[in-house]
Amino acid sequence: MASGIRDKVAILGMGCTQFGERWDASAQNLMVEAFTECLADAGIEKKEIQAAYLGTHFDEVNVSKAATPLSMTLRLPFIPVTRTENFCATATEAFRAACYAVASGAYDIVLALGVEKLKDTGYGGLPDINSVDSYMTGANATAPGGFAQLATAYSRVWGLPMEKIKDAIAHVSAKSHANGALNPKAHLRKIISEEQIKAAPMIAYPLGLFDCCGVSDGSAAAIVTTPEIAKSLKPNQDVIKVKSIQVIGSSGEEAGFNTWDGAHFATARICADKVYGEAGITDPRNEISMSEVHDCFSITEFVTMEDLGLSPKGGAYEDIMGGRFDLNGASPCQVDGGLKCFGHPIGASGLRMIYAMYEQLLERVPEERKVKNARLGLTHNLGGTPAWNVCAVSVIGRD
Amino acid sequence: MIGLCSYGGYIPHYRLNRGLIFGAMGWMNPATIANARGEKAVANFDEDSITLAVSAGRAALQDVDPATVESLYFASSTLPYKERLNAAIMAPALGLKDQIRAADFTASLKSGTTALLAALDSVSSDNPRKVLVTAADCRLGKPASPQEMLFGDAAAAFVVGGENVVAEYKGSYSVTYDFGDHFRGANSQFDNQWEDRWIRDLGLDQFIPEVVTGLLEKTGLQMTDFSKVIYPCIYPAARRGIAKKLGITPEMDLDNLQLEVGESGTPHALVMLAKALEDAKPGDKLMVISFGSGCDAICFEVTENIAKLQNGKALSASLADKAELDNYNKMLVWRQIMPADFGKRKEVDHWTRYSAMWRNRKLMLGLEGGKCTQCGTAQIPAQDICVNPECDALHTQEPYSFADRTGHILSFTADNLAASVNPPAVYGQVEFEGGGKFMFDFTDCNLDEVVTEKPVTMSFRRKYYDEKRDISGYFWKAVPVKEVK
Repeated sequence: MASGIRDKVAILGMGCTQFGERWDASAQNLMVEAFTECLADAGIEKKEIQAAYLGTHFDEVNVSKAATPLSMTLRLPFIPVTRTENFCATATEAFRAACYAVASGAYDIVLALGVEKLKDTGYGGLPDINSVDSYMTGANATAPGGFAQLATAYSRVWGLPMEKIKDAIAHVSAKSHANGALNPKAHLRKIISEEQIKAAPMIAYPLGLFDCCGVSDGSAAAIVTTPEIAKSLKPNQDVIKVKSIQVIGSSGEEAGFNTWDGAHFATARICADKVYGEAGITDPRNEISMSEVHDCFSITEFVTMEDLGLSPKGGAYEDIMGGRFDLNGASPCQVDGGLKCFGHPIGASGLRMIYAMYEQLLERVPEERKVKNARLGLTHNLGGTPAWNVCAVSVIGRD
Repeated sequence: MIGLCSYGGYIPHYRLNRGLIFGAMGWMNPATIANARGEKAVANFDEDSITLAVSAGRAALQDVDPATVESLYFASSTLPYKERLNAAIMAPALGLKDQIRAADFTASLKSGTTALLAALDSVSSDNPRKVLVTAADCRLGKPASPQEMLFGDAAAAFVVGGENVVAEYKGSYSVTYDFGDHFRGANSQFDNQWEDRWIRDLGLDQFIPEVVTGLLEKTGLQMTDFSKVIYPCIYPAARRGIAKKLGITPEMDLDNLQLEVGESGTPHALVMLAKALEDAKPGDKLMVISFGSGCDAICFEVTENIAKLQNGKALSASLADKAELDNYNKMLVWRQIMPADFGKRKEVDHWTRYSAMWRNRKLMLGLEGGKCTQCGTAQIPAQDICVNPECDALHTQEPYSFADRTGHILSFTADNLAASVNPPAVYGQVEFEGGGKFMFDFTDCNLDEVVTEKPVTMSFRRKYYDEKRDISGYFWKAVPVKEVK
């Protein structure tokens, strides 16, 4: 009988680059930057790392396939290296693989590193994925257009007028801009008002420019080990333990079977239930101290609050407008600015989210952006589009 | 008895007011003011001769079982492919079976009537017994040319057979001349023409009387026997001269749709014939004459069966279902006459894998999905394992077409980021009545016409054009049902 990984793995160190338009930095430069911080934080030597996982998504404008770009760039001395790739959930996959490697007893100390160099495409937004099916029969769709449909579907299902959805998602983005402005590593560091957000040029109805996250270059990394080793290496510091990580992939029924309403993520609901089960959480709305969710678009964050049980079904509008997820609210969300403003280098984002929770749990952040009494931090990292996706959720915490 | 068993026509949704053309280009050729009246039908950016003909053909098949059609003829002077049978691309979209004879007729504006005559000849020898004849064109005139003003895009289709004939074939007469009134070389994008006076006074004014006289002599009929005489001639003075010469009264002279559609080329005589049939009564005799490298003249007599057709007004319906194309430049961009900046995203290379397309041909061309024989779930695409999680059966799906099914909008957006020649790209999820769900591009609509739960019908369209390799790819799009005014 599988027992899960709750409290079997601890985070020994983490690193995260400045996110943004890093015109002068290659993917390799970014990897070294994140790794250097991560290794120093872990307080170990490179040769103590026994295995490594690389998360990266777009081959087209990035490092190439396989995991050798990681081992060769970091000069890892002939250790097992593996590349993970699962759309925008890629970095959480790398982290999960590293945690499972430790939890299984195969290794004591393992590196997970995610990286993405997006700003070599020459245009805004993500590169198109050029698959055979998409050009033959797929709609002429982009990422914002896929997620924008959550809004029209949500309006239909819950009878919430589009104007009110627009108000709520403007609040979501304004909050993330306010949080990002406080964070020196964030890509977008400007306070934007809800009025400015609602008046921005339309990208994909009803999402305007400020409803869409930053397209960024960046890298983030974690070194994981057992709680025992973590305690022995850092006796004077709280041990940040992994409570649960789960990844759920679509079965195809959302896109092709008539039961899905288009207004929620079927994967996220199942994934959250599994995470709460593994982590022993019975009342997520009140037990989760803070969250970093996959706010690729403001409407994604809106519906995700319900999918994760942080808002009641149909209740996200009231919670968002009531400030529940603001930095000083009852359940702060995107405390580092989120994908929206910290940035979204695809293959690094899941680890960046964990980094944000990690630095809060260790109370390493300045007072102005500190979450008080944080015990459990949740990350939600989504890859794909509402109709078909992989959803990764993790909870880390201190005792 | 052999003849026409059904008919259909299709006029694309967008109409360009000729005043807009004159406003944009009249400075270069002020004489075009003479033609700057009314509007011309303009194929949408995702339409071409193949898709127009499919729309007309599907209209003609509303009253005939497609499985009974044994042959498909397609006539056009603007075939998307020189090699790769254009009719073969159309056949699955029309719901025809694979075991048919198919051919493209081309290179003359009378090839539409020639295809119709070929079909009548086939049926008269009982091999094949039922033929679908389609004709469509999207001819281009150069900016500022009279042709740009005069031409319009349209399609027509007829089922030719020996059962349930609504218009009996009574005879034909043809003349063929190498008459270079309009001509395009193998690589020409635009129409060229010789002097109007020569076309009018030597061509129309001599060939049409010759072919009509020949038809009357052959059939033993008089001009006064005919209810309608149908011929595409854009010159009003020539029409008056021909009418006087042949004794065509104003009641017999069918309007050539110049002010509503424009001269549509290969299909034009057949579009007019479909229009005439919409209003015809049993016993009416119709004479249809085409013009291009000579003439074909054909005589039909309408039968009692005409009243039995359930869907005999498709052409008028598409004539009425129109939206103004409010910008002349859009037409130039859609037809690749004017280069425009579509952004770097458009530069992504999507080259066609013909072997993959072959595997997916029923889905791409016929919008065929599957229906699980175990649980009855309709699904698109058809899959090895049933999409219903409660069923999960392996290899239980039988072919199931979504082409004729009504869907409803589950979610939608209008995307300004997507590379499109007609931004924003409007698309969304469609749930079909009877089951099945898919994300489709929407077409022939603006964002303000799209709301959730609204019904949509499916339309066969050009999905992409690969400029690098000159490949047109096809699939289906959703068209929101227009409010009946």
